[in-house]
Amino acid sequence: MVSKKVSRRRFVAATTAMSTAFVAAPFVRGAYAAGKLSVGFWDHWVPGANKATEDLIKEWAAQEKVDVTIDFITSQGNKLLLTTAAEAQAKSGHDILAMNTFLPARYADQLVPMDDLMADLIKANGNVNGTVEYLGKINGKWLAIPATVGSQIKGPCSRIDLLKKHAGIDIQAMYPAGAPPKADDWTVDTFLKAAEACHKGGNPFGIGLGTTSDNVDTIGAFFHAFGAVLVNAKGDIVVKNDQVRQALEYYKKLMAFLPADVPAWDDASNNKFLVSGQGSLIMNPPSAWAVAKRDAPQVAEQCWTHGFPVGPKGRYAPFLPFFWGTWNFSKNQSAAKSLLAHLSQSSSAEKMVNASGGYDLPSFEKLTTFKVWAEAEPPKGTLFHYPNPYNHQILSVAAAPAPHKIAEQIYNQGIQTMMAVRYYKGEPMEKVLDWAASEIEGFMRN
Amino acid sequence: MADIAARNTAILEGNRRGGLHRLMQRKSTIAFLMALPLIVLLGVLVAYPAGYAVWLSMLNKSMTKFVGFGNFEFLFKRATFWDVFFQSCLFAISAVIFKAIIGFVVAHFVHNIPTKGQRKWRGMLLVPWVIPPAMSTLAWLWLFDPSYSAINWVLMHFGIDRIPWTGEANWARFAVILVNIWVGAPFFMIMYLAALKSVPEQLYEAASIDGATWWQRIWYVTLPMMRNIIAITALFSLIVTFANFDIVRILTAGGPLNATHLFATWAFKVGIESGDIPLGAAVSLFMVPILAVAAAFILRDITKRGSEV
Repeated sequence: MVSKKVSRRRFVAATTAMSTAFVAAPFVRGAYAAGKLSVGFWDHWVPGANKATEDLIKEWAAQEKVDVTIDFITSQGNKLLLTTAAEAQAKSGHDILAMNTFLPARYADQLVPMDDLMADLIKANGNVNGTVEYLGKINGKWLAIPATVGSQIKGPCSRIDLLKKHAGIDIQAMYPAGAPPKADDWTVDTFLKAAEACHKGGNPFGIGLGTTSDNVDTIGAFFHAFGAVLVNAKGDIVVKNDQVRQALEYYKKLMAFLPADVPAWDDASNNKFLVSGQGSLIMNPPSAWAVAKRDAPQVAEQCWTHGFPVGPKGRYAPFLPFFWGTWNFSKNQSAAKSLLAHLSQSSSAEKMVNASGGYDLPSFEKLTTFKVWAEAEPPKGTLFHYPNPYNHQILSVAAAPAPHKIAEQIYNQGIQTMMAVRYYKGEPMEKVLDWAASEIEGFMRN
Repeated sequence: MADIAARNTAILEGNRRGGLHRLMQRKSTIAFLMALPLIVLLGVLVAYPAGYAVWLSMLNKSMTKFVGFGNFEFLFKRATFWDVFFQSCLFAISAVIFKAIIGFVVAHFVHNIPTKGQRKWRGMLLVPWVIPPAMSTLAWLWLFDPSYSAINWVLMHFGIDRIPWTGEANWARFAVILVNIWVGAPFFMIMYLAALKSVPEQLYEAASIDGATWWQRIWYVTLPMMRNIIAITALFSLIVTFANFDIVRILTAGGPLNATHLFATWAFKVGIESGDIPLGAAVSLFMVPILAVAAAFILRDITKRGSEV
């Protein structure tokens, strides 16, 4: 065996030459030169809607030379929620993750501030509504970017024919396609009378009172319409007030005209109720209408999405935004922000909205007038008022303005719907309020 | 001198090797080594998560401070916790009693079927237990659906009013217990059937000669011979039923008005859905002492009878 000895002098000369060559060589941007990025997005239930997001990400990845892995994670069975909890615990996971409603606040300590990016986006796309700010800006810092995908207003979706037949209401005249609403008469009292008339006519309103999101969002908007707050912004329990009593009285009257089983409804129940042809009104984004278009076209032709009734303290509609956040343990935060900026451009948002058939709703005020909402049919203009184009309603979330950690529990445990059901079932008002106060007191722990 | 030292080292080495050889030949060592993969698996999948759950249950809500038993003390003061405690006990005890009764009766029927056709019946009766509960509960959900219940549809054809299966607290409790019985009764049936087959025929013959009635035969022969299997089956089922999650989660999600929450479903609601992981862990750990007490009683009884025999 021949052994070739390398002298110290020769070794130093060779390494110096190699180092010089590396330093002097021009930077060639190869494939994936800017590293890797993994994103976990909400798996859309509109078929094909993920494709728009995927294409946008691929377009950005090719431009920026980033190797991107995309996971679309379903919210069915709380899979997305569990993934978020597991990643937060393990301090490892996706660089960008979709988070709904209260999650940016829940994981505030583990998210990267997005103030710089949000400032640019607000400048380009207009301001965001108060609910997005309440949920995404924690202690003065933006911790997540409002996502187009999955964000929605859960306003009324009514049957044009049934409201006309049973209650004498021309909902299309109140909310004309292509024009501002003429809905001054659309009050909580009119709503109650319409609910009674439709109930008598055999086509009740389908408003759930379970503890899932659709049910809680609806009662939350009604509570806001009456000015009924359970916990104020300072964190004081203020359950025992006249506005809460008024809201509960109203719901007691309303529940008499709803199907008897509404306390057991989940987020699918109202959709089924409308699509089956039984219901004359539900509170939902246009997914129920989209399903009807496929499964019961004669129902879809009569659906009209519009605004909430106005209450003593204003006209509130539930807005449920999704956010995109980046963990502080993410290894490629600059690439994550760059991708989020790309996905939040007006053109990107429009592609996503189109792919979802108008279901997704950008949170920025300049992005609420895309053609898809005006053109959606049948009937033409059915979704025109869905994105609240005239800021006719105040977009809200149940349990606001309570501090996030309290509001999240009020929301997730369905305290407001349970209060309404208890009162409706005959529990005295003060006992219901005591129960709610006691439950909320339990949410105060740190 | 150096030679002696080297020789001593060699002897020691030989003894050590011999000792290791003997150790490896011991039955207990082999048994331990063979069980080691399972022990490691249990350690990773059971002991570590359990230990971690205990640790989590002793942290504050934001998981930044050790609070000892603070979460447990807090739970004791919550009305909802006591509702869940009551419901868990009601659910587990009533479901186990009915599963045991149905299992016992059906096992007797199957036992009396001629051997030729018995396998088919055994197979068919095991179907509810074999199907994954999440799947079969979905089918039950359609039967109990608040608006489109198939059972209500049938009832309405007989002029009976709709029943709010999942919309009213007591009906909802009934529904979740019923589904649990449906899923779990075949397990009791198969265990009891195995026990019945092991009762010596001579005992029944002797009882018949003594003029025992069918009830006396069950009371004085069958039941005493099956006592241990009944106790073990009941204990096993009590643990599984108490910790049930899927049936309630799918059928009622704990509603209406929290009336069907069990420890597991409420722990999920509090811990994962509402973001209070330490409190959720504390709720789920409440099952441990309750089940430990039940297990201690039942197992003590079995040991006592074992030593009497």
